[in-house]
Amino acid sequence: MTAVQTANRICLDDYAAVIGAGEIEELRILARPLLGRRVEMVNSTAVGGGVAEMLNRIIPLAQDLRLSFRWDVITGGEDFFAVTKAFHNALHGAPYHPQPRDFEIFREYQQRNLHRLPLDAEFVVIHDPQPLGLIDDRPPGKNQWVWRCHIDLSHPNSVVWDFLNSYVSRYDASIFSSPEFARQLPIPQYLFYPAIDPLSEKNRELPAEFIAEVLARYQIDPLRPILTQISRFDRLKDPLGVIRAYRIVKRYFDCQLVLAGGSACDDPEGAQVLKEVHHAADGDSDIKVLELPAWAPLEVNALQRASSIVIQKSLREGFGLTVSEALWKKKPVVASAVGGIPTQVIHNHTGLLAHSVEGTAYQIRFLLSHPQIAARLGERGHEHVKENFLITQNLKRYLTLFLALGGAV
Amino acid sequence: METPQTPFNFFTVSYLTRIGNISAMTLSEFRAGLEHCSDASIFHHTFQTLSTHHFLTEGFSNDFAQWVLADANRDALAEQLAALDIRDYSSIAALRADLCMVVRDFCEQHPEFANQSTLEPFFFCESIEVTVPLGRAAKTLDEFREGVSHLSHSSFYFHFISSRLRLQLRTNDFSHWLADGLGLMTLAENVNRIDVYTNTLDSAREKLLRLVDRERRKHDGSADREPHLSR
Repeated sequence: MTAVQTANRICLDDYAAVIGAGEIEELRILARPLLGRRVEMVNSTAVGGGVAEMLNRIIPLAQDLRLSFRWDVITGGEDFFAVTKAFHNALHGAPYHPQPRDFEIFREYQQRNLHRLPLDAEFVVIHDPQPLGLIDDRPPGKNQWVWRCHIDLSHPNSVVWDFLNSYVSRYDASIFSSPEFARQLPIPQYLFYPAIDPLSEKNRELPAEFIAEVLARYQIDPLRPILTQISRFDRLKDPLGVIRAYRIVKRYFDCQLVLAGGSACDDPEGAQVLKEVHHAADGDSDIKVLELPAWAPLEVNALQRASSIVIQKSLREGFGLTVSEALWKKKPVVASAVGGIPTQVIHNHTGLLAHSVEGTAYQIRFLLSHPQIAARLGERGHEHVKENFLITQNLKRYLTLFLALGGAV
Repeated sequence: METPQTPFNFFTVSYLTRIGNISAMTLSEFRAGLEHCSDASIFHHTFQTLSTHHFLTEGFSNDFAQWVLADANRDALAEQLAALDIRDYSSIAALRADLCMVVRDFCEQHPEFANQSTLEPFFFCESIEVTVPLGRAAKTLDEFREGVSHLSHSSFYFHFISSRLRLQLRTNDFSHWLADGLGLMTLAENVNRIDVYTNTLDSAREKLLRLVDRERRKHDGSADREPHLSR
């Protein structure tokens, strides 16, 4: 029963240069009533994925506030994770006909983990559906249980949702990333936006020489406009639609297109999409299709910073944090009005939204023709992220939630 | 300048956003939502949005107007909703009544638009407020200036914008104390005139500090003539 040890010690004061010393001081003041009170976060993996990435930063920041935050990970066999993966896809609306044995497997592993984990903190935060059933061991009336749902529940498979809802309704509160992703629940539902870390390798400032070196490595011309979409090679990210939009823009501007995403070698569908992307690129040397290593934050950062315009032309999207990453770098963004994107891209204020290939192309042309407007959108986008989508805001929301639930104020 | 009987106590505020159970896909549903949502919801989408979107100083007034513009595509209604200035309201009930009236009048005048589907739904949310004292207080104009200059956005917002509802007056915490505590009526009035819609929180604070500095210079210049002046 060993808690996850986060990789680094992170000093909250390092963020003062980004958000201001006053904000840091207020985080410390908000944390004071929580000193000596324990928080336990539970999820299903210590490495890989957005939740682990976020916990790897939130836990050390909370510890820097001298708060007692602990992070535990449940264990499970292949059968358990096969079931939870199927649940995950079904909650996103994929077809799935669960068998009674699937539910038994889910329950069995909850029981096994109940004996491994303390779950006795004043505030227990369960992330996503995998550890949801741990609430079975809840001592009556002693602590506060919160379910943090990172996925979109707007169109779930009803059988799977009914099963999971029998657990959810026993929690004290729930957290969703967007009102659109929430369900009608008998417990309070709070809105916590996902967040980026401005000091992480993916978002921190980079030396101009490094950015130039990355561009040279991928044979991207820094003197001509660069349009970039960073995303997996996934049909829902519509890379073929991005190429079509680029071809329309290319009639008016001598631009380049960068489509960069993780390697598709272990993802059969991704490999197929990548093949289709190469086919659509049709040997155009100004279309750079980059298969980045699984973890290449500095390269992603450099490509975003070098871009003239960042595109996120998704057909469906979760929250789409790559948008916030681009906005943080003061980049003008043209994105689809799907999922959590309109929360980040407020049309005409912090970026431009589009609903089609043609619309995407038009907005890109508009911004390339009006660089001052593009720069202003980028500036405001940066402020929007600073105010709403930084990890320090996420920490503040957790502190506020615990203060509200714990009646300390 | 008078000596205040009570110091100005600085607070900070943090908000949780609670997702409500009301949403709207048409202007008719939106009108019903405005009528039935909680006071905390009206507050969230009008007062609180000035904090979370304070950096937008052109054409963004409140969440309702933005949704009507971007998702219902009804520019005239959006303009009317955006024109409602929260500084004119000292109660949520009065603000809600005017919001409802504007939408009701539009739906009655344009019944053809009332039940058209919007691009995206509007989700009524509400703000849960947690306030904590900062442990700092000001008894003089100098201390007040020092305190204001170090406030976070949320703290500045709490005292300058959301305080209007708490005080139930058409003023803010700063102006209230400057007038009642220090007797600086003109300064209080000038601070209260700073436009929260066309300024960011940062630029509003800069203007406030400039007004305070001007007042301090005035008293510095007359210090010899007014030796009793409290600083």
